[in-house]
Amino acid sequence: MVDAQARIAFDPLSTGGRTRRLTSRTIVYLLLGLFSLYYMAPLVILFMNSMRPLDDIVRGGFIDTPQSLSLRYWKEAWGTFCIAGTCEGVSRFFMNSLLMAIPATVISTALGLVNGYVLSKWRFRGSDLMFGLITLGVFLPAQMTLLPWAYILGSLGLSNTIAGLVLIHTVQGLSFTTLFCRNYFVAIPDDLIKAARIDGAGFWRIFRRIILPLSPPIIIVTVIWQFTGIWNEFLFGTVFTSGANQPITSALVAFSGSGTGVRAYNVEAAAVIMAALPPLAIYVLGGKYFVRGLTEGAVK
Amino acid sequence: MQMSTDSPRTRSLKADLLERLPLLVLAPTVLAMFLYVVVFSLWTLWLSLSTSTILPDPSYGGFGEYVALWKSKRWTVAYQNLFLFGSLYVVGSLVVGTLLAVLIDQRVRFESFWRTVYLYPLAISFIVTGTVWRWIFHPQTGVELALQDMGWLSAQFDWITDRDMALYVVVITGIWHASGFAMALILAGLRSVDGDLVKAAQIDGASLFRTYRRVILPSIWPIFMAVAVVLLQFAVKTYDLVVALTQGGPGVSTTVPAIVVYDLMFQRGQIAQGSAAAVMILVALALVLIPYSLYTSWRRRSEAATHG
Repeated sequence: MVDAQARIAFDPLSTGGRTRRLTSRTIVYLLLGLFSLYYMAPLVILFMNSMRPLDDIVRGGFIDTPQSLSLRYWKEAWGTFCIAGTCEGVSRFFMNSLLMAIPATVISTALGLVNGYVLSKWRFRGSDLMFGLITLGVFLPAQMTLLPWAYILGSLGLSNTIAGLVLIHTVQGLSFTTLFCRNYFVAIPDDLIKAARIDGAGFWRIFRRIILPLSPPIIIVTVIWQFTGIWNEFLFGTVFTSGANQPITSALVAFSGSGTGVRAYNVEAAAVIMAALPPLAIYVLGGKYFVRGLTEGAVK
Repeated sequence: MQMSTDSPRTRSLKADLLERLPLLVLAPTVLAMFLYVVVFSLWTLWLSLSTSTILPDPSYGGFGEYVALWKSKRWTVAYQNLFLFGSLYVVGSLVVGTLLAVLIDQRVRFESFWRTVYLYPLAISFIVTGTVWRWIFHPQTGVELALQDMGWLSAQFDWITDRDMALYVVVITGIWHASGFAMALILAGLRSVDGDLVKAAQIDGASLFRTYRRVILPSIWPIFMAVAVVLLQFAVKTYDLVVALTQGGPGVSTTVPAIVVYDLMFQRGQIAQGSAAAVMILVALALVLIPYSLYTSWRRRSEAATHG
């Protein structure tokens, strides 16, 4: 109650008369509603058209009231539609993406935690320079790395494999994960570490007993960042894999070019949803923590 | 390791190892990042100066590929597009993001619902984003057809197939993707503004609009800078959005540098020129990042000076 009182006192709109207040409220909600149309339209259009018969879409376009709805295009998109020469729908590419994104996320996050721990709590001569080098990796455009990667993947025998993409995303992700974790761990008081060292705890023991239990918020941020980034990545997947070995984001573009006759827009819409769902689900589940982590870093 | 025969030498080795443990733990990452950042960059730089065509070739070829690149119409259009798209995308996202943040800041109900609605595009890939917006913008499948079906027979909305307008389609789509991000950070900034400052302005009789424009927004301008730099970086690296939305067309009207790099390297077998184009992307990025990092370190130093 006290809180509510305080908030009213701070309410910028509470100036002016009652009618004026009501008008401005209405305008605020009207604008919020209008903007949400702009943001929600693509999602609504996708879901609706993934369930409409094709001739209905071809006749009326994507923005139209549906004549009938059916889930069979989802089944087709998942299991039987032909993309890039294989008729297994997107299920195969979906699995490829999981096999790429999960190991790369786990490895880069684990390494980022340990690196961040060293760079914040066990600094040594030259460690700041090393941190600088690692941070530079955040900015390097992918185009600068394409040909060297092609050579390295080739000589390791990892061309056109998911393992090759895991390697690329792990190395590229290390900059982000190390940066995130280091900046988070810096805020942990050094006295805590000092006390533990006096008690005889070593490097790994302090990591396990003190650092890790404090880490869940930054682990959530890092995992969301890495997983969505890797899942959504397109360039590396397109350059270094082809055919049945592509991740789903690259396969979607191949999708547009496959099939004969009229494009199966409804199946394509269903496939597009499937490609969007995992990062969307992760964001909806963990987005609150993500935004908090993001803004804490930015406002500082 | 648990042997009781610890001679002084092995003990010192162990102690030595323990002392160096942090370095040893960091070493794999540092080596990988040295390879990635330094070796890869020099490698591509060197390829851009070589005589490589369809296969990498180490012999030195001079700056000829840079000259050829800047003479090609496609590249100059792409670089211009980068600056036009980049500035409209960043300014647009900031304007929309600020407006949304200010609206949400009015103590609205269901705040987390609105925030989720505006921010979810950030989780969606550029390929998915581009595919859906292509359907919406295309005259035969999207808005134009819908308007005509509703009875407005002369309705016309064909920006995506119009050379002069197609880039704005990319901008609108880009803003859809990024403005929620701007909103989230700006909103956090608004919440961090000193309440007394706002109250003082209101007691002085400043209107709501004036309070925001004169007091609140100016006090969080470092956040605008940070968001702008992050988005500019996205803009310089833009690739998949354009591939899914317009494939660089119609003609070359929406081509961006990253598309040219891919084509030169992997479609046309002009590795040296493709590498030169990649180096130019790095240059564009440096043009954004170096002034910003100088500015932040200057700000930090001057802050330290006033606080000290």
